Amino acid sequence: MAIDLTQMKAGERGRVVDIQGGWGLSRRLDDLGIRIGTEVVKVSSQIMRGPVTVRAGNTQVAIGFGMASRVIVEQTE
Amino acid sequence: MREVLLMGNPNVGKSVVFTRLTGVNVISSNYPGTTVEFSKGYMRIGKEKLEVIDVPGTYSLDPNSKAEEIAVAMLKESIARQNGIVVSIVDATNLERNLNLTLQLLKKNIPVIVDLNFWDETRHLGISIDVRELEKILSVPVVPTCAVTGEGIKELVDRLLEAKAMTYDYPEEEKWHEIGKIIERVQKVSHHHHTFLERLADASIRPSTGIPIALGVVYIAFKLIRFIGEGLIGYVFEPIFEKLWAPLMMKLSPILGSGGFIHDILIGKLFAGKIDFGQSFGILTTGLFVPFAVVLPYVFAFYLVLGFLEDSGYLPRLGVLADKMMHQVGLHGLGIISMMLGLGCNVPGVLATRIMETRRERFISATLMAIAVPCMAQVAMIVGLVGKYGAKALMLVFGTLFLVWLTIGFLMNRLLKGESPEIFIEIPPYRIPYFGALAKKLWMRVKGFLKEAIPFVLLGVFIVNILYSLKIIDFLGKLSGPVIRNLLGLPSGAVAALLVGFLRKDVAIGMLVPLGLGLKQIVIASVVLAMYFPCAATFAVLVKELGVKDMVKSAAIMIFSAILVGGLLNLVL
Repeated sequence: MAIDLTQMKAGERGRVVDIQGGWGLSRRLDDLGIRIGTEVVKVSSQIMRGPVTVRAGNTQVAIGFGMASRVIVEQTE
Repeated sequence: MREVLLMGNPNVGKSVVFTRLTGVNVISSNYPGTTVEFSKGYMRIGKEKLEVIDVPGTYSLDPNSKAEEIAVAMLKESIARQNGIVVSIVDATNLERNLNLTLQLLKKNIPVIVDLNFWDETRHLGISIDVRELEKILSVPVVPTCAVTGEGIKELVDRLLEAKAMTYDYPEEEKWHEIGKIIERVQKVSHHHHTFLERLADASIRPSTGIPIALGVVYIAFKLIRFIGEGLIGYVFEPIFEKLWAPLMMKLSPILGSGGFIHDILIGKLFAGKIDFGQSFGILTTGLFVPFAVVLPYVFAFYLVLGFLEDSGYLPRLGVLADKMMHQVGLHGLGIISMMLGLGCNVPGVLATRIMETRRERFISATLMAIAVPCMAQVAMIVGLVGKYGAKALMLVFGTLFLVWLTIGFLMNRLLKGESPEIFIEIPPYRIPYFGALAKKLWMRVKGFLKEAIPFVLLGVFIVNILYSLKIIDFLGKLSGPVIRNLLGLPSGAVAALLVGFLRKDVAIGMLVPLGLGLKQIVIASVVLAMYFPCAATFAVLVKELGVKDMVKSAAIMIFSAILVGGLLNLVL
């Protein structure tokens, strides 16, 4: 099932299947090693639609809620 | 002279490698026309002296930010000069991601050597990298290092001149495929148990545990700053001034005629035949005592603690946790880092706002900082003056400023057009800071403070004396009396402090001491002095950063809100 990063729960894994919207977001994610096909682990989310933290490999990234909701993942276990 | 460019992603320990390679002779400067800072130093290989440049961190050679643009520009210039060597510093625990930049560098016409830093951490993380194989694939030297302990640095220096140019080519659109192939050949990852620092890292970014940790960290940080600051004042600086400097000045006093114009400017007034460093207001007495014995200890303590927080990797986490609050004032989480810098000194704080993406954010954060973030020099003087009345009185001053910060930020966020961009940042793992790099940074900052502050403090004290002896203060006191007395409830003498506050806020607060104010008046005066206008140095960078038009707007907000808040405090307290 495809959901976005904000819908994942802490500890869950997923594979990125789509990055919606601008080229800018894809490029910034690419810099940190996150692109379509990358496996990510959700680390945390903050209360009241705050930023989402995910880990890809040994890199951790904090992403604002709006941007995170544009990163679509397919849950893996 | 040949030059060595240290390049790498952010958070790969570049400055620690820099500190290891270079000696004491380090210059920190801005890239021409910008406020992006980089450091320069020198190293020796055999008889040759080389210049070492710590290039701002960048994820790739297609820049996504101002700092990255500068990094790319510096590389281009060096390639044009044809005398450069690049040390591509790679986080060995993040090889795949980091190789992107390395491969991009290998495509440029400049010799490259690869430094696999954080080598020790790969073991804890169950990562094993075949260095020989990687060297064969890239056909440039690859040296594993652990810059914090110094391991591998000697080999890096020994092999630096083996660096080679143009060794690896591949089509750009194939880059991740290419990197994947390399990774498959050189890296093996086995399962590992989470280390304590990793568990702490996770705990400090989850809201349920992260917020209590953040409150604890901030509380301990301020306790520590106060403890170190007070300790240095009580055991080092005050004794030096009281036991050594005061007797010397008392000998000088009769030579200068025990009174009169010159005496008053240099030594100031005597109280019961003695020097009172807080009140005498001579250039050689109060003028030296304020920057060295009151402010410097706190500045030192502040930058020591801040440097530790920066180098341990805690600050981005604080930014993530504070993101929601910062959005209320129109900024995102990382805005809290420039605010913290501003707490040291508003000048670097305002300069740090340069990294923000929009003009709106820069205006909001610079204005908020100038109004409601007192610098350490002010804080130290306020603590000295108000602290006598206990922690509650201090809370009153700083609590008011925090409320003002929130309210004005909230209003600006509502009233200014546009919206605030979202946070996007790498959260580095926790690392034990390297003492050498901490000490170097602390020394640069303290030196910067002394160079900036002392001339202005001395000038401030000088001007105070001139203003008093020419009776200008009396005149201005009468002129502004209605506002100062009726609205703010302060004696007209306070106008002198407000006047000098344009130059240095710490000197201005010092001028409140002889006025014999009550607690209520001291609180009002401290708050108004913090808010009404920035000091000369901050004003200069604000004009440069915001432009004249926005600076006028910003100043209008400052003056209006200072009078409003001062008046309200006068009514309420």
